[in-house]
Amino acid sequence: MKTIVKHMILDLVRNKTILVYTIILAVLSTSILAFDSNASKGLLSLMNITLLFVPIVTILFATIYYFNSIEFTELLLAQPVKRPAVLLAEYIGLSVSLLFAYFIGIGLPILFIVPSYAGFTLIITGILLTLIFSAFALLIFVMFKDKTKGIGMAIITALFFTILFDGLLMAFIYSFSDYPIEETVVGILSFNPVDLARVLMLLKLDVAVLMGYSGAVFKKFLGSSAGTIYSLSLLMFWMILPLLLSVRIFNKKDL
Amino acid sequence: MINIDHITKSFGRFKALNGVSLNLDSGRTISLLGPNGSGKTTLIKSILGLVIPEHGTISVNGQIVKNNWQYRSQIGYMPQIGRYPDNMTIEQVINLVKEIRTDISNYDEELIEGFELKKIQNKSMRSLSGGMRQKVSACLAFLFSPEILILDEPTAGLDPVSSEFLKEKMVKEQDKGKLILITSHVLSDLEGVTSHIVYMQDGSLLFYKSTEELQEITGEEKLNKVIAYIIKSQKKQNKRSI
Repeated sequence: MKTIVKHMILDLVRNKTILVYTIILAVLSTSILAFDSNASKGLLSLMNITLLFVPIVTILFATIYYFNSIEFTELLLAQPVKRPAVLLAEYIGLSVSLLFAYFIGIGLPILFIVPSYAGFTLIITGILLTLIFSAFALLIFVMFKDKTKGIGMAIITALFFTILFDGLLMAFIYSFSDYPIEETVVGILSFNPVDLARVLMLLKLDVAVLMGYSGAVFKKFLGSSAGTIYSLSLLMFWMILPLLLSVRIFNKKDL
Repeated sequence: MINIDHITKSFGRFKALNGVSLNLDSGRTISLLGPNGSGKTTLIKSILGLVIPEHGTISVNGQIVKNNWQYRSQIGYMPQIGRYPDNMTIEQVINLVKEIRTDISNYDEELIEGFELKKIQNKSMRSLSGGMRQKVSACLAFLFSPEILILDEPTAGLDPVSSEFLKEKMVKEQDKGKLILITSHVLSDLEGVTSHIVYMQDGSLLFYKSTEELQEITGEEKLNKVIAYIIKSQKKQNKRSI
């Protein structure tokens, strides 16, 4: 398993898409952080970029990569190795490479320009989102036989969590605005890892009230430390659940 | 060596394998023939555990294939389409497989030398032609001197010299008492290599006989004529029965 991870990373560090992703993130983060005099505001803009970019790029790139390496996966599975070991090795290899890109592109500029607790939280957020959406991509890969359908599903998943979910939540809040629905909203937010990541970040930035309803609700109901623990553990759950499901489906899958 | 007992596999409504039973012994080179979609690749993949049949059992050297992975240490597999990670070099691919197979430290590098892969080992897999990738796949299959070799269309993309070299290697391995299972559409390529022929049609086994036996029955020398004769006589039989 370690061998496969190692060789996958060796392959992926020379991948042009990963390189371009790193450069774009680096340019965005340094320009935003360097030109914004207010560190908190800079981090907020960077957070919005992370919450939009990281899920979409990760899930699309990962899905395409998993589907493209299906023949190689077959070759590996013809060796005396266990199926879950190959699958998880591919997941780890891919995630580590994407994390590397994120860390160089956004992590290092934050650590150099605005080293703070909030900045550190943003790095953690990006790491978790990468791990979660790469796990979603793995689940899509084991569920679909056809590459085109898989990529379509990846796009839908990414758009659902980054854009559509918030729209639906807004519609829900408006239509039930006469009722005390705050707790329900907190519950609904737990179904979206991107929103969870946003809350995790907002609780650190002290701008929760500025960021609309969801942030305010979380601040009010959970308080800082409890909210952090709650969203962190739910994010972990969002990573582990698709991974477990993937392994289960993959064990029975015909290649 | 390989025991296949009434295996059935369907993809949706399509029955890829329909109650196939086979006994493949060592020291033979068995050609798996049949039209497209007759279940050849599905059969091979079932032996490798890549496809999981609904019914029936397969055992390799007495080890049941289902839910097992250790048995694959005895099998060398050369896939039909060899696609590798784009940015890996030939050397890295070979090293990766070597590192996975920690159980073996004696490598059979005859093919690597014969195909002169050492000279171009720093080329990335993306820049290789289909035939070159095929060569890499062949090298990987033979690398650990496995007891069983499963080759899916091994000579399809190879130039005549390399194809001849690979065939010589197959004969050598057969003489060592190994079991070689080949699928191919190019019958003339299998001439002089195969000892037995398995013919499949619509997911069922039509016959499994030695080449001498078939030559005797049909009175033909060349392999493609033998097969053509059998298929023709079969069609006649079908017509009569209608």
